[in-house]
Amino acid sequence: MNFRTALLGTTAAATAFIGLAPAAHAQRAADGNVKILYFQAVSVMNPYMSSGTKDVHGSSLVIEPLAGFDEKGGLVPRLVTEIPSVENGGISKDLTTITWKLTPGLKWSDGTPVTADDAVFTYEYCTNADMGCSQAARFQGIKTVEATDPQTIKITFTTPKPNPFSAFVGAASPVLQRAQFKDCVGAAAQTCTEQNTKPVGTGPFTVTDFKVNDVVQLAANANYRDPAKPAFATVTLKGGGDARASARAVMETGEFDYAWNTQINPEFQAQLAAGGKGELISAFSNNVERIELNLTDPSPDLPEGERSQIKNPHPILSDVRVRRALSMAMDRQLLVDVGYGAAGKPTCNVIPAPEIYASPNTNCHVQDIEGAKALLEEAGWTDSNGDGIRDKDGKKLSLLFQTSVNAVRQDFQALVKGWWTQIGVETELKAIEPSVFFGGDPGTPDTYQRFYAEAQLDTLDYDGTDPEAYLGQYVCANVPGPGNGWRGTNINRLCDPAYEKLLADLSKTADLNERAKIIISMNDLLTKDGYVSIPLVDRARLSAKSKTLGGVVLNAWDSELWNASDWYRIK
Amino acid sequence: MLTFVIRRLLLAIPTLLLISLVIFLLVDLAPGSPMSEIPRTVPPEVRERMMQAMGANEPVVVRYLLWLRQFFLVEPAYVIDSLMGTNLAGGAQRVLSWQSRMPVFDIIAQRLPQTLTVIGSAYLVGVLIALPIGIYSAYRQYSWFDQLGTFVTMVGSSVPTFFTGVLLIIVFSVNLGWFPSIYDTTLEVTDWASFKMQIMQMALPVTMLALHNATEISRYMRSSMLENLGQDYVRTARAKGMSERVVVLKHVLRNSLIPVVTVIALGIPTIFGGAIIAEQVFKVNGLGTALIGAINASDLPTVQTLTFIFAVLIVFFNLVADILYGILDPRIRYD
Repeated sequence: MNFRTALLGTTAAATAFIGLAPAAHAQRAADGNVKILYFQAVSVMNPYMSSGTKDVHGSSLVIEPLAGFDEKGGLVPRLVTEIPSVENGGISKDLTTITWKLTPGLKWSDGTPVTADDAVFTYEYCTNADMGCSQAARFQGIKTVEATDPQTIKITFTTPKPNPFSAFVGAASPVLQRAQFKDCVGAAAQTCTEQNTKPVGTGPFTVTDFKVNDVVQLAANANYRDPAKPAFATVTLKGGGDARASARAVMETGEFDYAWNTQINPEFQAQLAAGGKGELISAFSNNVERIELNLTDPSPDLPEGERSQIKNPHPILSDVRVRRALSMAMDRQLLVDVGYGAAGKPTCNVIPAPEIYASPNTNCHVQDIEGAKALLEEAGWTDSNGDGIRDKDGKKLSLLFQTSVNAVRQDFQALVKGWWTQIGVETELKAIEPSVFFGGDPGTPDTYQRFYAEAQLDTLDYDGTDPEAYLGQYVCANVPGPGNGWRGTNINRLCDPAYEKLLADLSKTADLNERAKIIISMNDLLTKDGYVSIPLVDRARLSAKSKTLGGVVLNAWDSELWNASDWYRIK
Repeated sequence: MLTFVIRRLLLAIPTLLLISLVIFLLVDLAPGSPMSEIPRTVPPEVRERMMQAMGANEPVVVRYLLWLRQFFLVEPAYVIDSLMGTNLAGGAQRVLSWQSRMPVFDIIAQRLPQTLTVIGSAYLVGVLIALPIGIYSAYRQYSWFDQLGTFVTMVGSSVPTFFTGVLLIIVFSVNLGWFPSIYDTTLEVTDWASFKMQIMQMALPVTMLALHNATEISRYMRSSMLENLGQDYVRTARAKGMSERVVVLKHVLRNSLIPVVTVIALGIPTIFGGAIIAEQVFKVNGLGTALIGAINASDLPTVQTLTFIFAVLIVFFNLVADILYGILDPRIRYD
């Protein structure tokens, strides 16, 4: 060891000691009450009943998965001794099984031991066909879940699974107690109000009172595995209001210690920071605000059922040069400054994180109006009649640009319309009520799946850190249409054999670096090479915390309350 | 009078059934889906099965009949069971919210207390402010008091509550720090300290709503008083040598109250309906927020049940207003 390493080591140890100091003196339930505000109130404390973010986060205080994600997207053990890997023998060489070892001595909040059988039950519970389990997708591709002994859970997959960290990983897939839920299997799950609102768990807190869509009161779990945690004796998890008011309650009036998802505009962010009682915290993951382009013709002149279908390619947007020009006209930094401030950064990728999967693609960061104009000229779109709008063969370069009703999105629409008008593209705007736009009702023409427009602004993120399932959406078979009741996730209607070949390769590749290479090429096919999607802003989670609340590490890959056991009061 | 009441009650049955059908169809036809709040990462097959488990996929006729059965047979059976200890319901499925899978009536029971406390006392305070203002404004018509009253009521009824609510929060919670801006539904009044807390947290929402309620009622009171003050019987009373106090408070007031009582009675159902905006602004989380939350989430059973209960209350208080009218005004007889 040379002198420099020794010195660094000492510094690191010292820093670690300072960082840990309050925790070292910590004692369970010594810090009183912590008040958390979720402007969307918690409806149910069981993520298998509802996959709403607020419900997943709320329940994560009580019930836990075998492993979760940390703030960098890495896996951390929760109920197990270590993360299985091929190296440690936890994952079989042929990638068809994964074996988890429970931490010895683990207890439920009612004092009974946690066993592998509880995980087996959870699997049976969620995969029951009559149950309508909202996390069923996490258990897809699993042949069996067995308890080989009371401490060991063995999951066998039907086919080799390069990424087996879906079932029992992350806050949306916790382990339930068999003893409590044994009568809630199948259709009976719906009526198990007591179990669904007051689950027995392994997490740092247990529910003492549950008022639906209003407030959940929790107390420290006396059987929590770390005897010194949690520092707080009780938690009040209140719901209601909006992002603005909840940020205000933490940062101006100081009535609450933590507020979730305080997405407020940069101007208000600065105003609240001056309040002095709290601060905004942000964390990035894979949430990208983007403009999706429709590769098929949504024209209302087509008969119903043929609009936005593969057999009718879009007369304007089928040309990649036009799509590229639309992207070049964007000033992404301005969009960030207007809409997100600290909660956003410009991006050119649909997969912006984790680092290993992010394409080194920054060519879109600078706006290029002249370049966009030249590209449109090259594609044959000229302004022949001098009305400021380009045309070709008597057809005007005119687009319908839609999104959901949302203040920031309407600002974005206006800005984008301005830039597109500058390059000679006529733009008509449309804003749709979110419950309709995202509702997926096959009878409504205004859903994002129908995509009866040329462009639409929205966001899409995915669970966990592995984007395979997410990238798998853009395949021909997933095009929404009347044949599948307008269900399907390939809303851009991309049908690219080269892309599907890469996807097939990805499903067979286990090596992380190889996977990263394929994922980056797929990202590039969607963005800088294919311009199917125009990524704009990498959106952070933005929450507010009181200056007297310590131990908070905002995590965008898992529940925001993932480390509530480490929270403490700064005195 | 009794036959009138019975006739009206019988007539109410088809009316309410028709209302329930209309509400059901309206909510069902409205665009939106209970799946709209589900993250888009959830694949379509999973959504489909969730819809199935909730029963949201059944044809509209089946769902309506099921709701009727649950509302009129199953729910009363549960009530009787819990009172008498019988087992009439036999585990039949109750009206369940699609958002939380909780019986809608349990949600109502959880939320009614705060709605009645906050919105109810705001209504009461509003009436108590409105009546004296209306009476005095009419008695001293065009005086400075009347002018001021007119001004305040105009402002009160034209400025929306979502504005006054936020204004009150910014002034009294953020700047002065006197009152909390968030209502704590878990607070239990057990001693003087918690009673004081309860008063503190009710102060802002009650002020806001009371002002809003008072404006309307005081206008009715004033115009009704004005109408009566010019009547012949008032002149007669004065000519008989009665004191102004007796003339105004006994003769005129009693007669003027007739239409006002109707207005007040018709306003009572709105207490149960909650004040959606007030509850949202101060996070009271009563029936109003339950309704708006259910509408946003396309939670059909909750929306249907809540609106239907409001419809029942409105029909009932209409009847109460009619009866009160008859009691207060001897000239009106229904038989």
